[in-house]
Amino acid sequence: MASITLENLTKSYGDTEVLHHVHGQIEDGEFIVVVGPSGCGKSTLLRMIAGLETITGGQVHIGDRVVNDLEPAQRDIAMVFQNYALYPHMTVRENMAYGLKIRKFSKAEIEARVREAAEILEIGDYLDRKPRQLSGGQRQRVAMGRAIVRHPKVFLFDEPLSNLDAKLRVQMRLEIRKLQKRLGVTSIYVTHDQVEAMTLGDRLMVLNKGYVEQFGSPIELYSRPASVFVAGFIGSPAMNFLPAHAEGGRLTLENGAVIASTTAASGPVTLGIRPEHLVADSQGPIRLAVDVLEQLGANTLVHGVLAGTRTDLTASLEGVRDIPGGQELAFSAPPEALHVFDRATGQRVGD
Amino acid sequence: MLKRVHFPPGILPYLLVAPQVAITLVFFIWPAAQAIYQSFLLEDAFGLSTEFVWFENFVALAEDPIYLGSFGRTIVFSAAVAALSMSFALVLAGFADRVARAATTYRTLLIWPYAVAPVLAGALWVFMFNPTLGILPYFLEFMGIEWNHYLNGNQAMLLVIMAAAWKQVAYNFLFYLAAMQAIPRSVIEAAAIDGAGPFRRFADIIFPLISPTTFFLLVINVTYAFFDTFGIIHAITQGGPANATTILVYKVFNDGFVGLDLGGSAAQSVVLMILVIGLTVVQFRYIEKRVQY
Ligand SMILES: Nc1ncnc2c1ncn2[C@@H]1O[C@H](COP(=O)(O)OP(=O)(O)OP(=O)(O)O)[C@@H](O)[C@H]1O
Ligand SMILES: [Mg+2]
Repeated sequence: MASITLENLTKSYGDTEVLHHVHGQIEDGEFIVVVGPSGCGKSTLLRMIAGLETITGGQVHIGDRVVNDLEPAQRDIAMVFQNYALYPHMTVRENMAYGLKIRKFSKAEIEARVREAAEILEIGDYLDRKPRQLSGGQRQRVAMGRAIVRHPKVFLFDEPLSNLDAKLRVQMRLEIRKLQKRLGVTSIYVTHDQVEAMTLGDRLMVLNKGYVEQFGSPIELYSRPASVFVAGFIGSPAMNFLPAHAEGGRLTLENGAVIASTTAASGPVTLGIRPEHLVADSQGPIRLAVDVLEQLGANTLVHGVLAGTRTDLTASLEGVRDIPGGQELAFSAPPEALHVFDRATGQRVGD
Repeated sequence: MLKRVHFPPGILPYLLVAPQVAITLVFFIWPAAQAIYQSFLLEDAFGLSTEFVWFENFVALAEDPIYLGSFGRTIVFSAAVAALSMSFALVLAGFADRVARAATTYRTLLIWPYAVAPVLAGALWVFMFNPTLGILPYFLEFMGIEWNHYLNGNQAMLLVIMAAAWKQVAYNFLFYLAAMQAIPRSVIEAAAIDGAGPFRRFADIIFPLISPTTFFLLVINVTYAFFDTFGIIHAITQGGPANATTILVYKVFNDGFVGLDLGGSAAQSVVLMILVIGLTVVQFRYIEKRVQY
């Protein structure tokens, strides 16, 4: 068990810096999810912590050691790869035992640990099979098994579920969460799937183009996104963004509608409102010209534009609705559901 | 399912394959048939009369200590060439696999020996190891080793082995490198995280995973050493001294064209032919179903 500290971490390939000054304090036993769009540097960050990539600048501490110059093997970590990276010529048992064998554990100890892991992951029946004789989900479990037999200080996961079908993904997600809680091992989990991130993580680190946009609990990210990027990335359906002008707490939309708020910002801003926070209100200032509907069963997504403009706007209404296209609906939004961002920098302002 | 295209039966398909069939007949089947026929004949010393003797030439071979000696030498030679060139290529590929960046230059340089004609390759080694002019015997002398492959049969054998192996390293290297680069990076990385150092990773992960390539190359290299090393031996030692480097393929030439024992030589080439067919069968069967792991 160990805490992890990332201190001013940077990574460059030649002249291109792909990670910029990453800071983060990860507590012992915490489950951290690093989330961001493809190419933002998630894998690179994880691999730097694992010791598979050199560190260009800054420091990584695991426990009370600076591990910058340690080999992966010396860092006492285990990693689960996206493509599982099982040894194809070894049986499931040998795959799990390999790390222990290298560390010169006794035969009895190895057998005991492999048994224990196989029991937890319910893979006891395939111990003598080769990886190619297993299904994707079973391989995934073996990869997890290989990580847990070592009893490492830290688990690192690089998109371990992205090769599985949707149903299995949800199931494995839950199992990983339970397993981590049970073992209490500090974990860092990389994904580009925001739902996975929200459901798994104690805290989320949102990366964008190599910058940490925000690092906080899922609820914090949802209710107080630090930037337009985080606001748009977290939550489904995605947040609406409306250009607005702020003055004295009043927000004036493009079409002249005025919304009352508590913001202290002034000047050109971007107003963010989540679809589920728009309240149907015939007197409301936000008017939506309906275009298409998306029926999800429990609720209906109404897609359209802000009346009189070409700015996209989506609202989420409860239950099954039938609204003809072209109709205008009116909504209001409570002041606490309004997110105000600086138009130029995209950063949250005014509160 | 794709629908099969049917051409009306006619002469066209036969015409299209005729050139290939003609070439095969003239340059492969006919000489092979000739050799088989020859191997059943005995010619007198002056080439005036020939006699059909059935398997006498083969029996004579089986009882000829020089031929049996040559057989043994060929096995030693082939094993040494295959082992030397493959292990050397394996080490080189192991390093090239680690430095992926300058790999293109490295690869180009390493492929050169393969492009050199056998006789030129032989000449190169002859110059390097020439007892009076060569650079290496000069240095060897400082170490108290007297080099003269014109007199010392073991040294001559060593020299042809080195020359033959050197020429094959590039080929083996390319196959090994390709095989190594086909191993997913993450598997190697997983082993590194599991605590395996570079040597263990090579021994436990990389080497087992490229075993199909090793097997394939073994067949290729043995075939090469058996049949394609004539030029090198001819350029370096002419089979000497005292037959020390006369391997089977060289003996066929030597007995037939120098010694003019056509029947005996033909019998030897039939034996070689059987060997090459055997090796080819092994190779094809293997390519059909790759080694399982
Ligand atoms: N060896 C390399 N040389 C140069 N640039 C690289 C190298 N490896 C990665 N990059 C760049 O670094 C950036 C981050 O890559 P990384 O693999 O960490 O992305 P990621 O967030 O894991 O994306 P994904 O979700 O697609 O896996 C990318 O822009 C990529 O082009
Ligand atoms: Mg990645």
